[in-house]
Amino acid sequence: MNGFALCFVILGLGLIGWLTARARALRFDRGGRKRLHSLPAQHGWYAAAWTVLPPLLFLAVWSAISPGMVRQTILRNPAAAQLSDFAFERDSVLAQARAVAENPYAGDVDPLARRLAPLVGATRSRYAWIGTLVAALLAFAAGAYAITRIRPDFRARSQVERTLMMTLLVASLIAILTTLGIFVSLFWESLRFFGHVPITDFLFGTHWSPQVIDAKDPGASLGAVPLFWGTFFIGAVIAMLVAIPFGLMSAVYLTQYASPTTRRWMKPTLEMLAGVPTVVYGYFAALTVAPAMRQFAVLLGDPYASSESALAAGLVMGVMIIPFVSSMADDSLAAVPTAMRDGSLAMGATTSETISKVLVPAALPGVVAGVLLAVSRAIGETMIVVMAASGAATITLNPLESATTVTKQIVDLLTGEAEFDSPKTLAAFALGLTLFVITLLLNIVALRVVKKYREAYE
Amino acid sequence: MSTAFTPVSHKMSARDVSVAYGDNQAVKNVSIDIDMDKVTAFIGPSGCGKSTFLRTLNRMNDTIPSARVTGEILLDGENIYSADMDVVQLRARVGMVFQKPNPFPKSIFENVAYGPRIHGLATSRADLEAIVERSLKRAGLWEEVKDRLSDSGTALSGGQQQRLCIARAIAVDPEVILMDEPASALDPIATAKIEELIHELRGRYAIVIVTHNMQQAARVSQRTAFFHLGQLVEYGETDNIFTAPRQERTKDYITGRYG
Ligand SMILES: Nc1ncnc2c1ncn2[C@@H]1O[C@H](COP(=O)(O)OP(=O)(O)O)[C@@H](O)[C@H]1O
Ligand SMILES: [Mg+2]
Repeated sequence: MNGFALCFVILGLGLIGWLTARARALRFDRGGRKRLHSLPAQHGWYAAAWTVLPPLLFLAVWSAISPGMVRQTILRNPAAAQLSDFAFERDSVLAQARAVAENPYAGDVDPLARRLAPLVGATRSRYAWIGTLVAALLAFAAGAYAITRIRPDFRARSQVERTLMMTLLVASLIAILTTLGIFVSLFWESLRFFGHVPITDFLFGTHWSPQVIDAKDPGASLGAVPLFWGTFFIGAVIAMLVAIPFGLMSAVYLTQYASPTTRRWMKPTLEMLAGVPTVVYGYFAALTVAPAMRQFAVLLGDPYASSESALAAGLVMGVMIIPFVSSMADDSLAAVPTAMRDGSLAMGATTSETISKVLVPAALPGVVAGVLLAVSRAIGETMIVVMAASGAATITLNPLESATTVTKQIVDLLTGEAEFDSPKTLAAFALGLTLFVITLLLNIVALRVVKKYREAYE
Repeated sequence: MSTAFTPVSHKMSARDVSVAYGDNQAVKNVSIDIDMDKVTAFIGPSGCGKSTFLRTLNRMNDTIPSARVTGEILLDGENIYSADMDVVQLRARVGMVFQKPNPFPKSIFENVAYGPRIHGLATSRADLEAIVERSLKRAGLWEEVKDRLSDSGTALSGGQQQRLCIARAIAVDPEVILMDEPASALDPIATAKIEELIHELRGRYAIVIVTHNMQQAARVSQRTAFFHLGQLVEYGETDNIFTAPRQERTKDYITGRYG
């Protein structure tokens, strides 16, 4: 039986549990000797939760551990003795055997896999049946237990409340646990990488050329400083030179000058820009801005100018970030009490003096936090740089030269021919970890600044 | 009530001033004269248009899009609503203190220096420091803050903040100071200090103070104007208003019949 059908059956059992429990509670009710503590339907939900949740939990755990058990059983079988000792090869044959077991007409298969297919199929279906059976038994047992607990004074209502709360808690933990999981896996893979390459070579080395790695000294060509520089140069310098002034000016216009009607359509339009898929900006960067920048460089007297300049990627990234900065600055400007504005105007200051001398300084912490968040978005941005930035890792101050970023290199390292043990591939994880840590720090600092700033006006 | 001839001796004169917020007529045909060296109190029940009328005197109503002002207001005989009146100059001459203390989130020094800086009143740093010191002294705050001028103005107590706002207003040497319930957010001790300060400032400026506290009006003002439902009901010497009001409505109000 497949998992989907099984879930349906369990839900059906839950429905039966609900009906039975409610009927039983109603009987107590009609008996009239004693008032029920909880409504009959609440008893129903209590029984339904007991019937459905334990088997589903069991199935979740079972589906995580049963593949391992299946493999252990198969390997213990004498028929599997011919399997290679190399994990990689062995797993590939087993995967093929599994495919044949599901579809006997699958072609292009290792003969060993074809021979093992019946064994694999049988073992898998045996474990599937065990799982199904246990789940069904659990549903019956737990449901029956719940139904026997129904008494007039049984507090089904509070139990249902507690179960609901736990379910909501688990739901909210999932995002956090996933993030943690990602972090841990990045961390482990990075540790493996640092087993091959000294961490100092990686963090402080200035030569990056993963295509040619010397097996004896991989660290020599995996120095990430050029990538860090490129990321900083494109994301935190060029992009911010565009995003900060334009974002700030549009926020000032929207909060201080625009009429309510203008604001009503202009603000959502600006915010809509934030929803444009970054690949669209990528096109724009690669097909329009980059050639224009190259022409510009040629005009400036460099006939061999790169068409993958840092400037093109950075400019477009800056445009992408404008709505982000503008909306953060807008919020912090709007949070400055009108009393500040009135106080300044009443001193005889003009609107622009009021903005530049009172409102913007008062909103500055919020604006700074917005910029930090914007930087963290910009350095994590991938699509634009994949499409428009260069793969050549150079340390340069000239925006018309090519530069590469951490994200672009991660994509390059992981696409194409890749073995999962080589320093080259593992470097991607170390880069990812570095990026993760930096963005995390930026976000923490920004959120703290925002919090402090909110407190200042409470 | 109004006369075509305006004696220049009045510091400010309102002639037939009405203010509407959209359809809501908040101030109706008010005419009043305000003189130097006097404290003029506006009293009346809440919502009767005192603040609205006060804001017409330095055109702060311009910042409220729905507000429409008609009539004329003369400052030294010149209509402040005429097209060639420079609002920036007007507000430097007619300063304002708000109900809730609103120091800027800057240092105490910078708060007071704000006006002199934007109006270019100081030619040197020493000059600016002298202005700041003089203003803080006049506002009775100097002794309390002279050792911490670089602390934030928002870190002061409520009463100190309000005196800082007064210092900020007098730093540009205004001729008229408008105060909209300047003590209503303060405790009794801070209120007493503000009232004392108003006494001391009287000789240099024309002061207009809105208050809903009649004792306060009696204590600090020489003239009192009673507003009701957007109209100026009675205006005269404070002593007369409180001891022998001519209008029935004034009498009802000051005897606490309503309000
Ligand atoms: N900014 C504003 N926009 C619209 N109506 C206002 C505004 N300020 C005051 N009003 C209205 O004008 C009338 C007078 O208000 P206000 O001048 O504040 O009275 P007071 O200061 O005497 O309590 C009230 O009806 C009030 O609702
Ligand atoms: Mg008021």
